[in-house]
Amino acid sequence: MKAMVYRGPYKIRVEEKDRPAIEHPGDAIVRVTRAAICGSDLHLYHGMMPDTRVGTTFGHEFIGIVDEVGPAVEKLAVGDRVMVPFNIFCGTCFFCARGLYSNCHNVNPNATAVGGIYGYSHTTGGYDGGQAEYVRVPFADVGPSLIPDDISDDDALMMTDALATGYFGAQLGDIVEGDTVVVFGAGPVGLYAARSSWLMGAGRVIVVDYLDYRLQKAREFAFAETYNFGEVDDIVVVMKRATDHLGADVVIDAVGAEADGNLVQHITAAKFKLQGGSPVALNWAIDSVRKGGTVSVMGAYGPLFSAVKFGDAMNKGLTLRMNQAPAKRQWPRLFEHIRNGHLDPSAIITHRIPLAEIAEGYHMFSSKLDDCIKTVVVPDAA
Amino acid sequence: MPYTAVKPSRARTSDELRATIPGWGADLDPAVRPSYPRERLEVPATDTMPEQQQHEGYRERSIEHARLTPVFGTVAPLHGLSGWIRRLAYDRYSEGRALHWLLLVLGDRVDSAASGLRSFASLRPDNPITETGVLAELKRGGLRSRVGRGRIDLKHTWIDPILVAGPFVLGAVVLWRVTRPLRRRR
Repeated sequence: MKAMVYRGPYKIRVEEKDRPAIEHPGDAIVRVTRAAICGSDLHLYHGMMPDTRVGTTFGHEFIGIVDEVGPAVEKLAVGDRVMVPFNIFCGTCFFCARGLYSNCHNVNPNATAVGGIYGYSHTTGGYDGGQAEYVRVPFADVGPSLIPDDISDDDALMMTDALATGYFGAQLGDIVEGDTVVVFGAGPVGLYAARSSWLMGAGRVIVVDYLDYRLQKAREFAFAETYNFGEVDDIVVVMKRATDHLGADVVIDAVGAEADGNLVQHITAAKFKLQGGSPVALNWAIDSVRKGGTVSVMGAYGPLFSAVKFGDAMNKGLTLRMNQAPAKRQWPRLFEHIRNGHLDPSAIITHRIPLAEIAEGYHMFSSKLDDCIKTVVVPDAA
Repeated sequence: MPYTAVKPSRARTSDELRATIPGWGADLDPAVRPSYPRERLEVPATDTMPEQQQHEGYRERSIEHARLTPVFGTVAPLHGLSGWIRRLAYDRYSEGRALHWLLLVLGDRVDSAASGLRSFASLRPDNPITETGVLAELKRGGLRSRVGRGRIDLKHTWIDPILVAGPFVLGAVVLWRVTRPLRRRR
């Protein structure tokens, strides 16, 4: 089969790989019909995630058709059209039993601090991802769901991570009616978090980024007020002025490890890998939220230390909430929101490319070319 | 003002927001939010344990784990010098130690360099043009996407080509220096 393969930082290519095999009775093999490139894939692509091995296939956002099932699989059959959450989880461990699917203890021998994720380095279990023609899906009776007939492939694809994560991020903000919500980052997760904040009753939603085309999308898609931090001297002061000098009730970090806006932080983290991630957006979140407010962290960071302004967080009495989203837990409610016209997830898709062009797709997304926001990858076998 | 107890007035009322924004307030009640509370309080009383995935040989694991997890990935098993470094990171240091992660990062760089070198002894050597996708600069408006758009990332974009091409240039220099005695002998 053809698959995207990592060759080293900033280098990927499409190679012929063996079609994955059933390795556990609960496995299924899924023929991928759509995959997407996630912002957090860029952390792997840039060599920021420890134990990212040459030969690994990335891709934790994908949907497809069941091609083979293991002997223990009961709920799926060959030919089923399925959406697969980016988390790999067993459904029975201490954490899964409590709904913390993203923190499953039974799927990642390489680390206890993170669960299993498709195509996201050995730090999350050493699984191949879905930017390929076929992918192994462990615990096939637990993770994947049949895609309802009235849900489009593109919407289902967005629900496998980006939409579920943005929606989850807004939930972690514990938004109450009338709250002012600031979202740092107008990428897919930030756009979905901003849009979801309205569902929870936000009174104002403000989105901050440095890319004008993404801020325009935030205004059109998420009905948000927007600020370009590249055009102001100090975005924290601007946020304070915008919130009557109180600070926002809730701030969502939808940027993560490669945050821009502070050259030293960005270069030490994103270029020279001396931090787990550039905490610029997280620090801005801590400084922009009001005392006693909540910071919800959806941006992905590496496991190494980062220079986070923890003293301010403590002195302000903040609630810091974060986790990888348990994607599947969000789906039933998200289906309702899509059916009711509250959400139109596929509206943020800007590009579609064949798998053969994935190296250029990564470069385009990484370099923010051609007003790229979300790229869908379509394998030849789809 | 923040110096009194009064919360600042909002630009739009809830009724105005409900009338203009699709689904506004549909999840106002926390009870309908799927991750509220984040941790489920009613836990099924079951001690089910998944069947163990079969494997042969060494499979690295965090020393913070009591056992090899029932299911795991099998892509790119440890090998060579990078495998030795990564194995040291897993066998010796917990996730709580910076050295664990720094060794894994070192293993990544060794893996990348070694596989790059190996590729030149194969039928498909690494190709920095196609593998970096840099041709997207021409096809996807590299110039148009950057110039005159106030992009602050341009302050550090110049580092990327050095990071990408650096290992290739360094490799060529090392190869040139290493083979110099051979060339002189001829």
